[in-house]
Amino acid sequence: MTRSWLGRRLLLGVAQSAAVLVLVFVLTEALPGDAAVALAGDNPDPERIALIRSAMELDRPALERFLGWLGELLHGDLGRSLVTGRPVSGYLADGLGVTLLLAALTLALLVPLALWLGMLAARREGSRLDRLISSATLAVYAAPEFALGMLLSTVLALRLGWLPPTAVGGVAADPAVLVLPVLVLLARPVCSISRLVRAGMIEALARPYVAQARRYGVPEWRVRWLHALPNALAPAAQQLARTCDWLLCGVVVVEALFVLPGLGSVLLDAVAARDVPVVQGLAVVFALLTVVLNLGADLVARRFAPRTELTR
Amino acid sequence: MNRRTVLIAAAALGMAGCASTSKAPSAETATPKNGGRLRAIFAGGGTNETLDPHLSNLFVDAARAKALYDKLADSGSDLAAVPRLATGWEPNATLDVWTVKLRKATFHDGRPVTAEDVLYSYRRITDPKRAFRAKASLEPVDLAASRAVDEGTVEFRLKRPYAEFPNVLAAFGAYIVPKDTESFAEPVGSGPFRYVSFKPGSSLLVKRNPDYWEGAPHLDELEILIANEESARVSALLGGQADYAHELNPATARVHEGRGKVEVIRLRNSAMQGFVMKTDRAPFDDKRIRQAFFLIADRKELVDGALSGAGEVGNDLFGKGAQYYPSELPQRTQDLAKARALLKEAGQEGLRVTLDTSPVAAGFVEAAGIFKEQAAKAGVTIEVKVGNKDTYWKDILDGGVLASYRSGTMPIESHLSQRLLTKSTTNATHWKQPDFDDLYLQAQSTADPAARTAIYQRMQRRLYDEGGFLIWGFADWIVATAPTVRGVAKDAPANTLDWARFDRTWLA
Repeated sequence: MTRSWLGRRLLLGVAQSAAVLVLVFVLTEALPGDAAVALAGDNPDPERIALIRSAMELDRPALERFLGWLGELLHGDLGRSLVTGRPVSGYLADGLGVTLLLAALTLALLVPLALWLGMLAARREGSRLDRLISSATLAVYAAPEFALGMLLSTVLALRLGWLPPTAVGGVAADPAVLVLPVLVLLARPVCSISRLVRAGMIEALARPYVAQARRYGVPEWRVRWLHALPNALAPAAQQLARTCDWLLCGVVVVEALFVLPGLGSVLLDAVAARDVPVVQGLAVVFALLTVVLNLGADLVARRFAPRTELTR
Repeated sequence: MNRRTVLIAAAALGMAGCASTSKAPSAETATPKNGGRLRAIFAGGGTNETLDPHLSNLFVDAARAKALYDKLADSGSDLAAVPRLATGWEPNATLDVWTVKLRKATFHDGRPVTAEDVLYSYRRITDPKRAFRAKASLEPVDLAASRAVDEGTVEFRLKRPYAEFPNVLAAFGAYIVPKDTESFAEPVGSGPFRYVSFKPGSSLLVKRNPDYWEGAPHLDELEILIANEESARVSALLGGQADYAHELNPATARVHEGRGKVEVIRLRNSAMQGFVMKTDRAPFDDKRIRQAFFLIADRKELVDGALSGAGEVGNDLFGKGAQYYPSELPQRTQDLAKARALLKEAGQEGLRVTLDTSPVAAGFVEAAGIFKEQAAKAGVTIEVKVGNKDTYWKDILDGGVLASYRSGTMPIESHLSQRLLTKSTTNATHWKQPDFDDLYLQAQSTADPAARTAIYQRMQRRLYDEGGFLIWGFADWIVATAPTVRGVAKDAPANTLDWARFDRTWLA
């Protein structure tokens, strides 16, 4: 039963990834202009564009280029950049370090913080603390990243001088540069996940089995943390997977705002340059990540709340 | 104003010999201090960046190339060629053979810069299989026939007479690299700084070249950093993470100007702003319509609105402040009555045209909106069409009838030859006039500067009267520095010799 569910889920993942590949190719082909035009910029000398185009082998038919690239992909080769000829894997490596670092830090803080806030709010539904946490999380959730980033940077970095405003010059020289971006990245997920935890807890605590456990004299902390919480986690776990996905697949705004050249910036540059192999390579990796993370979330949800049917 | 007065007073005191107030802010004329690392922050090109100077495309590429390499010549603040690695040039009587003498300079590895290096560099740029930007500028040179006379002398043979040949030596991207260089992983140039480390899309670190032919730089180190968002560049500067920020918005500049935290420097005449009218198709094939459009433009309103006042009005001619610019021509102003009369005479009352624009440069879409309003006052209906940013320049080269346009600085002769001759490759106004082509060729075979100037005046007069370029302004290029940064040229338009010249900069 579980094995066949897993099999179907994996198959679906492969189909999804394949669909993403085709879609990305079609969409980048549909964008006006190509890498040669983008590179020529404000100096669109037709002769020069033709030269760049033939150097990039853009004069080959689109389908042929796509199939060639697909063949290389099946051999584990993500291809080479049209613009520089560098392997696409190199582009991934460029951005991956920053992206992983940001994601790991954010997640490490996100999970305990969101759980704690959600549990705190759910302690007594409708209490003053609950209302305070609920309205604060709603307000922060509603603030766009860009605005929040500018605000925090202006106040904490430029006015008070407590933190460096950007990560210019690299993370290694001064790890404090990570504080502001991680704060901005944390803000919205903490709100959404803690609200889900709170809702799940309130729902779980109202269930008959909780009342039963209490009647048996099980200590309250055990009721909350060991009986109610696992049942409250399914929606939060799925939201956490989406957050993970978002963190790994490029947080473009935060990267640009704080000058952290992660995968989001690499993707943005590649799209602007119409560097199709790089865009495709990143898309493959992102698609796989998304599939794996969602699979993981479903597994977690099944583990904690096996009664919930989550096959699709 | 106040600050200036203080500085002048301090300088005067210094001259009078009362040098006791050594803690006072030193004036620009003070003796430069050696040492320190200057961190300059620019918009960049992501992980595609390379240190191959011949691939230079962005401002940051030019700044990096300038730190590591030299050209034979560069454009001075009036865009006339100034000798750099060349000490001078001498044409033959027919202006088609130029002898260029090289100065005694060495590459960072100690090898001398020789005529062979020059020929190698230029041949690499003009390689038919490649698409380097300076290739078009070097086109007049017959490099197969050109030769090294001796180690310090190059004889350039040209395909035709070319009086402005020194402009080629100063062309964007025409840097001299050591013979046979193909890898730029650890670049070796002859420039004021030596390579230390490079992370594409993030930072370049270089150190002082003590043997630089023009004298060693004041700085020990220069770090060129990247931040594509203007807000990030400003934050980095204000937060002490950078000492020099390139390319600021006029609005930001106004907020910080005169507050003492940063020094705002406006590099005048750095970017020509205008519209191009296609002179080979209706309605702009009728010169009366072009003239009517010249008179529709309220240039002051365009500069104030689209450039937030950070610029000067234009007079429909390229290269304000440059050598050969006819500043004696009267400044054109809005004259709606005359514009209406011209439109009526051409039978085009109630004319409707589409204006192509795109957010490809600051102020483009705003300028189009303002011009639309101005045209409405003359009875012309303009439909503004906002096009794709990444393909804009190619789209407007041959498409449409009227489009937003901008250009960085270049010598007036380069503007004429690249954009206004029948064979020009980027002729966005489709100005194809055989007699105009002839005048250009005539100027290039005229050795006498005065006679040549007269020909340029005739050509520009013609463009002023009936050309396809409606040039309404020249934008400032805005740079800001920390108060400790000294020696930044204030009168050098972007991309000229003294722009981003960190070998002349020092930290107080």
